Amino acid sequence: MKGLLIVVAVVVALCAGGARAATYPTRIVSLSPSATDDLFAVGAGKQVVAVDSLSTYPKQAPVTKLSAFTPNVEAIAKYKPDLVVISNDQNHIVRQLGKLHIRVLTAPAAANFGQVYAEIQQIGNATGHAAQAQSVVKRMKKQVAAIVRTTPRPPKQLTVYHELDPTYYSVTSHTFIGQMYTLLGVKDIADAANGGSDYPQLSAEYIVASNPDLIVLADTVCCGQSWKTIAARPGWGTIAAVKDHEVVRIDDSIASQWGTRTVNFLRAVASAVKTLEARTS
Amino acid sequence: MTEIRARGLPGGWGVAMLAVLVGSLLLGLAIGPVSTGVWPIASSALSHLGLGIHSRLGATDSDIVWQLRAPRVLLAALVGGMLAIAGSAYQGSFRNPLVDPYLLGTAAGAGLGATLAITESLPSGLLPVAAFVGASVAVALAYVLGRTVGGVHSTATLILAGVTVTAFMTAVQTFVQQRHQATLQEVYSFILGGFSSATWHDVWISAPYIGASSVVILLHRRVLDVLSLGDEEASSLGIDVRRTRLIIVVAATVGTAAAVSVSGLIAFVGIIVPHTVRLLVSTSYRAIVPLALVLGGAFLVLTDILARTIMSPAELPIGVVTAFFGAPFFAVVLRTTRRLG
Repeated sequence: MKGLLIVVAVVVALCAGGARAATYPTRIVSLSPSATDDLFAVGAGKQVVAVDSLSTYPKQAPVTKLSAFTPNVEAIAKYKPDLVVISNDQNHIVRQLGKLHIRVLTAPAAANFGQVYAEIQQIGNATGHAAQAQSVVKRMKKQVAAIVRTTPRPPKQLTVYHELDPTYYSVTSHTFIGQMYTLLGVKDIADAANGGSDYPQLSAEYIVASNPDLIVLADTVCCGQSWKTIAARPGWGTIAAVKDHEVVRIDDSIASQWGTRTVNFLRAVASAVKTLEARTS
Repeated sequence: MTEIRARGLPGGWGVAMLAVLVGSLLLGLAIGPVSTGVWPIASSALSHLGLGIHSRLGATDSDIVWQLRAPRVLLAALVGGMLAIAGSAYQGSFRNPLVDPYLLGTAAGAGLGATLAITESLPSGLLPVAAFVGASVAVALAYVLGRTVGGVHSTATLILAGVTVTAFMTAVQTFVQQRHQATLQEVYSFILGGFSSATWHDVWISAPYIGASSVVILLHRRVLDVLSLGDEEASSLGIDVRRTRLIIVVAATVGTAAAVSVSGLIAFVGIIVPHTVRLLVSTSYRAIVPLALVLGGAFLVLTDILARTIMSPAELPIGVVTAFFGAPFFAVVLRTTRRLG
């Protein structure tokens, strides 16, 4: 069995090696903000000719009006791409692009760090930047490990409320964001709402009664939320995180795009945990 | 003419439905994802009334009950009552039992106003205003269109004009919404409707409109009975049909717009509650109008209790609850009364 696997691996490697010489894409269209981030991180930025309207990071990405939600095959074909990177097959776009003989790489929304690394590597391999992708992944792994290692664990477990919008939609630990709180030893109050959606809408009175130590706002861009706006909500003044100004504001897109910036998100939360710990000890 | 001498408002039903409303309000105040116990809430209420009773409710629980739960329960009652009374007013003045208060474009207009407020990042306090303006503009457009085309007596033309305005406004709303993916979640929240972030401010800004509009409709409950005979008959009985219908429709629209602006789009209530009263109590608007107001309030308070407790501490969209429990309930009412009749 093992021998067979090695043979298969060698054959695959040879095929990939043979293909590599001629066919690295030079005109890439990305319809996924996470993939855009990855493409530029692995050094394939110069091969990218167009990205979708929500791919706002990094700044040099060639943003266009292309929509990732309602992709239009002709609008994409206009850029004469030889590779299109998508996160999901909306409007049967894979089949349509296939008819135009355009290669498609699907990098679905990652559910954990392992998948983020795998996708960065996959994008690196597909664009001729395998080595650089490898070092990006290595660096990210090191950073994540360092952040997790240096984050203190107070004896009394800290709690967090992660807000997606001002009507109290949140995330449980089953989501990627939620897992990051688990990594840092912080308890997500939305976990009480298990059994339903991983993105439950919480009751305001439950949030107030849970009295979270930390509030993370992922609705700062869409909905202009801040410490000030949540402190003004009726009943919220009694929440520990509000009283102690332990409110982390993050760019909405960082908390929903799983590329290299995911580390920044983890770091922002970790730093809030550090200040909290310093205050209580 | 004898068949129209339906019963007016029977006292027994009035008392019974008021009791249901008061019961739902108290239940709504007592039940929630956070359990505080009934007696502490009662003691807190009595201490607020200055009866010299010491409140046994902690500071946080007191905020939860009086700042979060109380306005939510009251707002649900106001909105439910308004949608139901407006539904009965529309059904009466258009002589069409399938009509709901969103008929003339209210929902689509409010949806468009709210979507624009969200995508253009207006301060959140202006969202209800934008929804209200959108709803009013939509209905005004439908009315003007209906009048210029159909003349005075054609309610069918007015309804068609409402359908046209609704289709157009929905198209614009969908366009704007799809152009702003980042705010999709917030727009959907509004369209799904609900009371999850209700505040006293919502109660204060909507109550005057809902109150005034309910009073106007209540005062016209006898006229609605006459209108239900047909425009010509009503005219021959000395009623200025066009003017009266305009007054009733404007009142119902203003109230509905106010309700929608603070609660989003909650379907089903405006059509099912008036029919429940019609089937259970009387076909006279003298009974339907006041009882729809009371029963609509109770219905939405009860469904909101379910919305926030079934999956607690997660919330369910209220539209899911109103239809999931309301539809079977109405089916039972429909079948039993049919059998009796």
